[in-house]
Amino acid sequence: MIVGEQKPFEEIWEMIKDHKQLTVFGCNTCVAVCHQGGNKEAGILASQLKMRASQDDVDIEIVDSGIERQCEHEFFEKTEGLIQESEAILSLACGIGVQFMATKYEKTPIYPALNTTFLGDVIESGHFTEKCQACGDCVLGVTGGVCPVSRCCKRLFNGPCGGSSNGKCEISKDLDCAWQLVVDRLEAMGKMDDYEKVQPLKDWSKDRAGGPRSFKLEDF
Amino acid sequence: MAVETITESKLEKVLKSGHQAVTSECGPPRSSDPAHIVEKGNLIKNHVDSVNITDNQTSVTRLCSLAACIHLKQQGIDPVLQMVVRDRNRIALQSDILGAASFGIHNILCLSGDHQSFGDNPQAQNVFDLDSMQLVQTVRHMRDEGKFLSGDEIKVPPSMFVGAAANPFGDPFKIRVPRLAKKVACGAEFIQTQCIYNVDKFEKWMEGVCERGLEEKVYIMAGITPMRSVGMARYLSKNVPGMDVPDELIERLKGVEKNKQSEEGITIAVETIQRLKEVKGVAGFHIMAIEWEEKVPEMVERSGLYPRPEVN
Repeated sequence: MIVGEQKPFEEIWEMIKDHKQLTVFGCNTCVAVCHQGGNKEAGILASQLKMRASQDDVDIEIVDSGIERQCEHEFFEKTEGLIQESEAILSLACGIGVQFMATKYEKTPIYPALNTTFLGDVIESGHFTEKCQACGDCVLGVTGGVCPVSRCCKRLFNGPCGGSSNGKCEISKDLDCAWQLVVDRLEAMGKMDDYEKVQPLKDWSKDRAGGPRSFKLEDF
Repeated sequence: MAVETITESKLEKVLKSGHQAVTSECGPPRSSDPAHIVEKGNLIKNHVDSVNITDNQTSVTRLCSLAACIHLKQQGIDPVLQMVVRDRNRIALQSDILGAASFGIHNILCLSGDHQSFGDNPQAQNVFDLDSMQLVQTVRHMRDEGKFLSGDEIKVPPSMFVGAAANPFGDPFKIRVPRLAKKVACGAEFIQTQCIYNVDKFEKWMEGVCERGLEEKVYIMAGITPMRSVGMARYLSKNVPGMDVPDELIERLKGVEKNKQSEEGITIAVETIQRLKEVKGVAGFHIMAIEWEEKVPEMVERSGLYPRPEVN
C-alpha cells in the first residue's frame, strides 16, 4: 500500500491560512491504514486548524469530509456539491489523490496535508516499511523474494557491498542489509548457487527514468 | 624477457612479471589547487608501482579522481583511477572511462562508493545505475569488444587494467568467496582488499579463495592501513561497518606510550605485510596510509619490498 506521513502542522497552516474557507478531505484507503490520512485524521486535523485559527484570530471557515478513494472518479459523486462550494481544499490523500483532485477541479487550490513516503507493508501494528519502488521490472524471482531496489540503499543487484555488518546496513544499525536477507532466503531454499549468477544491467527506462508511466487496458 | 600485457599499465606489468606489487593511494584535495596531491604522489612514487586516486571517498566532495590522476600521470606515476557508481550513470561512466584512457590512464578500480549519507551532502540523490560488478563488465566490454554498452563501435577502445575491491570482513562471511568469484566472472583482473587487521580471518578467506583456484585468475592485493593511535583503532572498530579490528590489536596499541603509538602502528602494519607475503595467493599490497603518505616509503622498505622492480 501507499504510506504517507502528515506534514508538520506549521507547514500545513502556512499553506492554508490566507483562505476564507477550507474543506479538509480524508482519503479512506491506503493512508487511512497508516493512520495519517483517513477520514478520522481529517476530522482531527480540521479541529486543530480551527483552534489555531481561533488563537490567531484568523477568520477561516473549516469543514471536514471524506472520500473513500481520491484517485477514482466514482468516489467523488457524493461530495461533488461540497467541493464545488469550497474555496480551497486540504487533501489528506497521497500525492496521487491530490493530483487527481487538482486535475478534476482546475480552479480550486488543492493543498497536500501529507508527504507521500513509500510503498510498503505493515510489519506490525503501527510499523510500516518500504518494500517496493515500482521500478517496472520486478527481480524478486531471482533475489529470494527480497527487493534490492527498495531495500538496499545502493540498490545493488549483485550485492552485498562491503558495509554489511552483522546483518545490518552500513547507513544504519536499525536497517537490515537487504543482501543479508537475500542470502538467508537463498540458503533456506537451498539455492545458494543462484547467488553467483551475475544479474545483468537493469533497464531503468521502465522506472521513472523513462518518464511518467501509464498502462491502458484496451478492452475497457 | 618482456612479459605480455594487455595494457600499458605498470601495475599489470609488475604483477604479470611475477613480482608482488605495491600500490598506495592518495586522496585528492578539497580545493582546486593540485599542489598537495602532486606533492603526496612524489613522496611515494619511488616506493610503489602505482597510485590509486580515491573518488570522493566517504562521499565528501573533492577534486575529481580523473583530474587528480592526470596530475599524477604528469609526474610519471602510473595512476589507478577509482570510480564509484554512486555519482554517475552509465553515460557518464563510459564517458569518463574514455576520457581517462585518452590521458594514458591504464588502471581502473570499480567501486560502489560509500553511501552519500556519510558525506558532506547527505541530501544528494544517488545514482547506482550500475553496480560495481556491472562496471567491471562495462570496462571489459569497452576494452575487449571495442564497443559501448549500446553496441556501438568505439574506434579506439580504452586500454585499461580492470580492478575491483573485496572485503573479506563484510557479512555474510559465507558469500565473501563466492562474491569474489562473481567479480572474477565479471572480468576483474586485480583486487585490492579492505584494510586487514584480523589476519587470521583474512587467511581463512584466502584459503577459500585458493580452494576455488581464484588466485590463479585474479591478482589479489592485500589492503594495509597503519594505525596512528589507539583512538583510531577504537574508532575503526566501532564506527566503520565492515572493518574488523581485533581486541588484541587495540590492547597492543594501548600498552604503548601515547607518543610511540604511531610507531607501533607502523610496526604492526609491517609485521602484517611480512606475514601475508608468505600467504598463498597474495599477489601484492595496497597501502592506504590515509593522510600519512610520508610513512609509505618506510613501510615498504621495512617490509622488504624495496626497491621496486624495473619493468619498463
